[in-house]
Amino acid sequence: MTSAIAAITPNPKLDENILLFIRLLRAIGMNVGTASAVDAVEAAQLVGIGNKRFFFHALSSCLVKRPEDRHVFEQAFFLFWQAPKFQERMRDLLIPQIKTHTESDDTEDPMLRRLEDALGSPDVPPSFNEADQIEIDATATVSDREFLQDMDFRMMSTAEIKAAEEAIKSLRLVLPRKPSRRYHADAQGRLIDMRQSLKSAPGYFGAVLPQWRRRRAEDRPIVILLDISGSMENYTRLMLHFMHTLMRQHKHVNAFIFGTKLTNITRALRKRDVDEALDAVADAAEDWSGGTRIADSIGDFNRNWSRRVLAGSPLVLLVTDGLEKQHDEKLTFEIERLQKSCHRLVWLNPLLRFEEFSPKSLSIRRILAHVDAFLPIHSLNAMSGLVAGLAKIAQNRDGRIADWQRQARQYSTENERETAQ
Amino acid sequence: MKSEFQSPQDLITALEQESYILGEGLAVSLFLALRRQRPLFLEGEAGVGKTEVAKTLARLMGRDLIRLQCYEGLDINQAAYEWNYSRQLIAIQSGGRAEDDLFSHEFLIERPLLQALRPHENGAPVLLIDELDRADEAFEAFLLEMLSDWQITVPELGSIAATEPPMVIITSNRTREIHDALKRRCFYHWVDYPALETETAILARKVPGAGEALQQEVVRFVQSLREENLFKSPGVAETIDWAQALVELNCVALDPQTVDSTMGVLLKYQDDINRIQGSEAARILSEVQTALLSSEINNR
Repeated sequence: MTSAIAAITPNPKLDENILLFIRLLRAIGMNVGTASAVDAVEAAQLVGIGNKRFFFHALSSCLVKRPEDRHVFEQAFFLFWQAPKFQERMRDLLIPQIKTHTESDDTEDPMLRRLEDALGSPDVPPSFNEADQIEIDATATVSDREFLQDMDFRMMSTAEIKAAEEAIKSLRLVLPRKPSRRYHADAQGRLIDMRQSLKSAPGYFGAVLPQWRRRRAEDRPIVILLDISGSMENYTRLMLHFMHTLMRQHKHVNAFIFGTKLTNITRALRKRDVDEALDAVADAAEDWSGGTRIADSIGDFNRNWSRRVLAGSPLVLLVTDGLEKQHDEKLTFEIERLQKSCHRLVWLNPLLRFEEFSPKSLSIRRILAHVDAFLPIHSLNAMSGLVAGLAKIAQNRDGRIADWQRQARQYSTENERETAQ
Repeated sequence: MKSEFQSPQDLITALEQESYILGEGLAVSLFLALRRQRPLFLEGEAGVGKTEVAKTLARLMGRDLIRLQCYEGLDINQAAYEWNYSRQLIAIQSGGRAEDDLFSHEFLIERPLLQALRPHENGAPVLLIDELDRADEAFEAFLLEMLSDWQITVPELGSIAATEPPMVIITSNRTREIHDALKRRCFYHWVDYPALETETAILARKVPGAGEALQQEVVRFVQSLREENLFKSPGVAETIDWAQALVELNCVALDPQTVDSTMGVLLKYQDDINRIQGSEAARILSEVQTALLSSEINNR
C-alpha cells in the first residue's frame, strides 16, 4: 500500500505518518479499507496541514464511516498528532509486531496503555467455555474472574447444555414473510408488466399481449430483546444460541440484551462461529446475572433504538420472565409504545413452564396487556414450537392471548376489591 | 463538477452570504467532495440542515438542483428511467416498428438520476438523494454503479455516462444502517446539532426580526432542551420555526406562558410535550435567564 500511495503524492513523510495513524485506527477496532487510506492521503494534500482543525476534519471525512467511531477517532487523532513523542513510540511498537505486556507497563498514561494494548499481543478474550473450568483455573486474572462471576452457569449440567446447543443449531426456521414493494414476473399475477408486454410485442407480430407480475414477498425483520438478569440466567445461554441460529438463517435480525441496561449485540452475534459470537456478546455486556430494570431498558430501546431498528414493521420477540421490582406506570407506558411501533410484539416467558402459571404479579399483568402473543420458551420443544409458529403469529394475533388478558384483568379487579376493602 | 473554491474557508464565507452557516467539519467534507468529485454522505438527526446544504450549494454555484426523495419501494422506474409505454403502443399500432426502434432514446423518460448525468446548460447539476435510509437495500445496490462510474446502464440501450459528474449529496436520518459498500464511495460527515455560537449566528441570519435578546434566549433554551432525555430533540429547523412563531406573536422575551403555549413548535411527540410543559419548562427557562444574566455581567 505504501508504494501505491508513494506514486501519487509528493510528501512521503506526511503520508507515512498518515498510514501509521491508520494502522493505529485499525488496531483500536476501526474498519479502514485501502481505498479510504488513499482518500485520506489525497485529502490531506488538498486541505494541507496549515489549519489543524481542517486537517482533522479532512481525515475524519475519509476514515470515519460510522457515528460510533467518531469519539475513538477523535481521541486517537489528538494522541497521535499532538502528543510529541507518540509517533516515534508508535513506530517502535509497530516494527517488532509482537511485544509483551511487561515491556509497556512503564507507561503512565492510561490512554497510551490502552492503545499499546491494541498494538501488542492481544489479551486472550475471556470465553464462555471457561465458565466450566472456573474452579481449576487458578491462574485466571482478576478481570477474568470478575467476568466469570458475572456469567454464572453452575446451575446447568454441561452435558445437557451441549446437547441442547446442538439441537438448537439444527432448528429450521419458517421465517415470517411480508409483501414487498417490489415485483416479479408471474403468469398468475394480477398486475400488468408494461415493460415486458411491450418488449414481447414484436414477437407476437405487433400484438401487445399483457404480461403479468405480482408483488414479491420478503422476510419480515425480527428484533429480539433478551433479559439477562439473575432470574433468567438458566435460559440466557441457550437463548443466545437460539438467536445465533436465527441470525444465520435470517438477514434482518437485530438483537439486544438487557439487565439493568440495554446493549445492542447484533454485530457480536453476526460472527459465524457460535462460540466466538457468544464470547463477543459476553464482552459487550457488563450486567450479567444482575437485577432487572425492564421498564428502563425498554424505555431506552424506545428512545434510542426503535426508530433505527423498527423500520419495515418487524416482529419483536421480548424474552423475559416479566418480574420487575419497580412497580409503576412506566412499564405499561413503555410496553404499550413498543407494541404500537412494531408489527407484532411476542412475549416469550420461561415461567410458562409451570402448568399452573397465572398472571398474578403486577408487572406481568402490565406487560400482558400490551402483547400480541404469550408463549413459553423453557424447553427445546417450546423453542421448535415457536420456530414453526412464528410465521403464523406474524399474520394473526395468537388467539390464546385473549384468555391470558382476561385472566390478568380478573386478577386486577380482585386486587382492587381487596385494597378497597 | 469542478470546484472554484480554493479552501474550506472560501466555502464557509461563500455559503454565509447565502445565509447558510457552515460548520467547519461539514465545510471540509464538502470541499473535499467538490474537489475530488465524489459524493458526500451526510448523516444526522432530522432538522439539522442536511437537505439545506444541497439547496444552498446549488443556489450559490448557479447550478440546477435535482432532488430524488427516497421512499420504501422506490425502484429504477421512478429513480432513473422509464419507457414511455403509451408512445410505444402508438408507435406499434401505427405500423411496423422493430423492437430496436421501440427501445430508443425517443421513448425514454428520464427520471432524476438519469437527468443528473445529462449535460445541463449551467454546468453539472447538484443531485440531492434525500433520506436514502427510507429506500430499501436493493435500491442502494443500484446506486453503486452510478456513484462510482457516473453512469447508468439501461439494458436495452447500453450505458449512459455523464460528460461531467454531478455534485451528489446523499442524506440519511439513520433509521437503518446504509451498506458499507455505498459509504465507501462517499465522503462521510455526521451533522451534529450546532454549538451555541453557531446556532445564534444561524438564527440571526434566518430570523432577523427577533431581537438579539430573544435570539439568545431561544437558542439557549433549545440547547438545554437537547440535554433532556427526549424522544425527539428539536433540530435547528425547529429553533428557526420557534423564533419565527415568537416574532409573529410579538414576543420580545420568553416567559413561561408563551413557552408553554408554543411548545408544539419545538417538540413533536405528545409524551415529550407532557414532560416538558409546565414546571420543567419554567425550570429550564429560569436557568437560561440566569445564565444569560451572568454572561452579561461578565461581559461588562
